[in-house]
Amino acid sequence: MDEFLMRALLAGLGLATVTGPLGCFVVWRRMAYFGDALAHTALLGIVVGLLFGVAPLWGVVVVCVIVALMLGGMRRDGRLASDSLLGILAHGSLALGLVLLSTMERVRVDMMGWLFGDILAVSWSDAILVWVGAGFVLALLAAHWRCLVAMAVDEDLARVEGHNVGRARIVLMLLVALSVAVAMKVVGVMLITAMLVIPAASARRVARTPEQMAVAASVAGGLAVIAGLAGSWRYDTPSGPSIVAAAVALFVLSRLVPGGRS
Amino acid sequence: MTAAPLVRVADVSVAFRGHTVLDGVNLIVDAGRIVTVVGPNGAGKSTLLRVAVGLLGPDRGTVALGAKAVGYVPQKLAVERILPLSVRRFLAMAVQGPVGHRQLEDALETVGAGHVLGRQVADLSGGEMQRVLLARALLRRPDLLVLDEPVGGVDMAGQAELYDLIAALAHRDGVGVLMVSHDLHVVMAATDEVVCLNRHVCCAGHPEAVSRHPEYLALFGPRVAGSLAIYTHAHDHGHLADGSVLPLDPESAGHRHGPECRHG
Repeated sequence: MDEFLMRALLAGLGLATVTGPLGCFVVWRRMAYFGDALAHTALLGIVVGLLFGVAPLWGVVVVCVIVALMLGGMRRDGRLASDSLLGILAHGSLALGLVLLSTMERVRVDMMGWLFGDILAVSWSDAILVWVGAGFVLALLAAHWRCLVAMAVDEDLARVEGHNVGRARIVLMLLVALSVAVAMKVVGVMLITAMLVIPAASARRVARTPEQMAVAASVAGGLAVIAGLAGSWRYDTPSGPSIVAAAVALFVLSRLVPGGRS
Repeated sequence: MTAAPLVRVADVSVAFRGHTVLDGVNLIVDAGRIVTVVGPNGAGKSTLLRVAVGLLGPDRGTVALGAKAVGYVPQKLAVERILPLSVRRFLAMAVQGPVGHRQLEDALETVGAGHVLGRQVADLSGGEMQRVLLARALLRRPDLLVLDEPVGGVDMAGQAELYDLIAALAHRDGVGVLMVSHDLHVVMAATDEVVCLNRHVCCAGHPEAVSRHPEYLALFGPRVAGSLAIYTHAHDHGHLADGSVLPLDPESAGHRHGPECRHG
């Protein structure tokens, strides 16, 4: 196997490991649009990174974390961040990012690469970064697991039963923000939410417990990465969209599993 | 009762976006006592319960929660179908640490839902869900139960059983109970104290006294309250359409403020 394919596979599998369990919370708590808004914001992060002359990835991490905290704060005062608010944020920051980018004539950016990912171009250090990020996200998820599952069932019950709901909610938002940054290289900002939502939804049919669903989602994501990369290699299709297309195919297959009720 | 109350709500006001939901409400729940909150839709009953368990901070006034373990049953709880969760797991989540199969089964038997242990929570009917929620609250071995319409959606025979169970928990085991109910007949029969709420506490006290109270009659109408009311007399204040108090001529009022009266 070629080395760049190996790196791509490594980075993709690292991503799938974390988007599995995290994606479960995204679908359980109906946060898909939140993830999407963060992904759009990531583009602004890239431009901010370029403006300040640091690696775009750090710009993404910083901007996504700020936006996640902002949204978390808005939710805390009782008023939900509505669909429209998230929409304004998502497309506003995407537009602002593109406008700012056009003013920086000296910078040449592979916009397609950022938007739809360029997993075949990941370096060893990128792959390592993905796994370090994944490990960090998984460790935090594990530490807050009980509380997060209780919150997915019902926030009020969780709070009455003594869980620190406010903290766990911020942690979850930060983790989604981090995973957006991690996923950017692999599938691009436009398709990040797909990696969160689709494997989790595919896993539902085969799972009887939250934990089974989290693991099954990681497996589904991993299979999508392998199949997508193989297809991309064989038919010379763009890698990010190929991975997501494979994930969708897996989802359709999962609907054929007998005995499911959902 | 010499011990500190399980929960004491003192002069609590809550407003949502300038719209007053609770206005100067007082409430105490002691061990072994059942306090039932009655009142029309939009009277602030659920809000009062949420304030009492600390889910909502009051804008004014204080809430002192002295209970060690609270069993809370919300008015409605819907678990998303996308979340795979068995009843067994849902119950076990209520307690810290490991919990035996036997214990879960017993809790479900107590509320008459022993057959649902292996089912998925999303597949339960409304009545089954209420029973499971109550079982879950009991598993926490609470000294205070806060129940928001605990028998909503439960069949008639089941309702009586569950109210009997709640009464036994209070009077036999000394659990304090704060609940919202619409079932006035049951409320009057099995409650130690009724709080008649319409944003402010209209009247409060022993069910028999409350059922004769003009405020109670004015709130529910003589037809609803009729089977329990012994006499009717003039109401010293009316309610505007938004629930706020409309003072009538105090000179002609037949009602004198008693010690349990907490309104203007």
